[in-house]
Amino acid sequence: MPELTYREAVRDGLAAAMRADESVFVMGEDIAEMGGSMGVTQGLLEEFGAERVRNTPISEMAIVGAGIGAAMAGMRPVVEIMYEDFLTLSLEQIVNQAAKHRYMSGGQVTVPLTIRTQGGAGWSPGAQHAQQLEAWLVHIPGLKVVYPSTPEDVRGLLWTSIYDDNPVIVFEHRLLYPVKGEVPEQLDPIPFGKARVVREGTDVTVIAIGPLVHRTLEAAKEAEAAGISVEVVDPRTLQPLDEETLVASVKKTNRAVVAHEAVTRMGFGAEVAAVLQYQAFDYLDAPIERVGARFAPLAFAPVMEQYVVPGPADVLAAIRRAVGR
Amino acid sequence: MSEETLREFLRGMLLIRRFEERVEERFRAGELPGFLHVAIGQEAVAVGVCSAMDDGDIFASTHRAHGHTLARGTHPNAVMAELYGKVEGCCHGYGGSMHLYDVERGNYGANAVIGGGLPAVTGAGLAFKLRGEPRVAVAFFGDGATNIGTFHESLNLAQLWKTKTVFVCENNHWAESTPGWQHSPVWDDMSKRALAYDMRSLKVDGQDVEAVHEAAREALEHARSGDGPVFLDVETYRMHGHYIGDPQVYRSREDRQEAADHDPITRLRERLALTDDEFDTFDAEAIRVVDEALSFAQNGTDPAPEDALKNVYA
Repeated sequence: MPELTYREAVRDGLAAAMRADESVFVMGEDIAEMGGSMGVTQGLLEEFGAERVRNTPISEMAIVGAGIGAAMAGMRPVVEIMYEDFLTLSLEQIVNQAAKHRYMSGGQVTVPLTIRTQGGAGWSPGAQHAQQLEAWLVHIPGLKVVYPSTPEDVRGLLWTSIYDDNPVIVFEHRLLYPVKGEVPEQLDPIPFGKARVVREGTDVTVIAIGPLVHRTLEAAKEAEAAGISVEVVDPRTLQPLDEETLVASVKKTNRAVVAHEAVTRMGFGAEVAAVLQYQAFDYLDAPIERVGARFAPLAFAPVMEQYVVPGPADVLAAIRRAVGR
Repeated sequence: MSEETLREFLRGMLLIRRFEERVEERFRAGELPGFLHVAIGQEAVAVGVCSAMDDGDIFASTHRAHGHTLARGTHPNAVMAELYGKVEGCCHGYGGSMHLYDVERGNYGANAVIGGGLPAVTGAGLAFKLRGEPRVAVAFFGDGATNIGTFHESLNLAQLWKTKTVFVCENNHWAESTPGWQHSPVWDDMSKRALAYDMRSLKVDGQDVEAVHEAAREALEHARSGDGPVFLDVETYRMHGHYIGDPQVYRSREDRQEAADHDPITRLRERLALTDDEFDTFDAEAIRVVDEALSFAQNGTDPAPEDALKNVYA
């Protein structure tokens, strides 16, 4: 199997979808000649031309809104919001428009729009370029939310996002772009609502998303050395959520940790914990542990940033609390 | 313009007027859920613009959407039933007065967020351009919307990309209760907004349906040809309050009288030199259609409560 970086896998998925269907086009800030601020869309302009690879003004409402209108008019646009912090500028369009058109029209309209964005801490960008806001969007009926953690997942899920007839938000993470992984020779679409058991274990289940999948794998290795067997499950799609796989894992291990880089309070992990306590209450041998960022904006100074954002040690500590050793 | 066409316009405008008067009455009687905005006084804009659109053209409307929807051909029964929250409504009870859709007739949605539909109309106009289709996307909005970000981002993007879009600014000089002079430095000449984006603009008297139709046709043809979007600057009058029940404490008697003096229906009636009998015949027909719609809606079917969980996803 070929190996791609996460960045290359996104690009490969976009290019494959654009080759397969003329109605797929991409637009966003600096995505054409520059290839995107993260270099994800490099080469697309050369292959597909300026009509289908469109640099936009710095206008997040119009970028998302134009994507909505083009989608309603039969296209499958993929728009890029450079940082998920800037997603906040387009929230009106996402929340009131994209998520609601189908519903308000009584089923007359479809909005096959994909919104790609990225964020995440770990490189001292400060408080306005590193937030993790997936929880805001999982809360909105009408949206689907995807957060892939590996090259294979991001390529397969991006394809599914583009060909889904609903608005889909795809969260990428800045620190994941250089991560390498094997991908199938042929792009293999990954269905929504299917979690992946990343690592099997027997003592505790860690349900992690995005970069926390990788940090959890590091923690799991250390735990292994201490005789704790950790199962790691990545939901991959936050909406729809594969509750069945998560619950089955916890019923097996009897202990659960939820982990994400976003702020713990009101985070996505809170919902997962609620699902687990309700569906696996009799199986739980310990309170569900939550790992996430501390309740503060992200500071510039690296030492403060690291203090706020969860790393492998935080996951390991949560694992140890869960198993009581 | 032929007398026959103008008579057709009068029928359309009377239908909207009588429809809105009737829903206002039923709303005050407590029959209609939610809240309600009428566009009494602005009928010539709806009929003039919508009659200039071709099959395949699409539009986005506002919270004042009854007129645009009826003028584009959605059956009054379906609109009325929607206002009553019935299954037979044009959105089966999911939308309501402020969210009327009829995709078959190009209505891609009335928006209750000021300026909310403008980016989508820009995007639809882009789609038509990318596919080389002779279709145009039209946005209706009021002068109040010219101060919101989506308006500026949309006009900029549409002109930059020369999307097949027409922006119809219905300048009734009121943003809810706030008069134009309090909300915009260019309230008396909105075309300056278009000028800022190097966009072609056409100014038209919104109480003259013939003038509106002709300006709209010119704007649509310009956009259709791929030469770029057009800003249609329509001066009009809101004869009623912002919403039904609005006591309009903010509005002078003189201002209300001025609006009443610019009734587009009176104007068209005079233009056609109709006798009382002729006019009454038109009017009676409009009232009959509205009465039928009302009875249709009142006898409509309530949705099953659990249908609230349908249509969330495609």
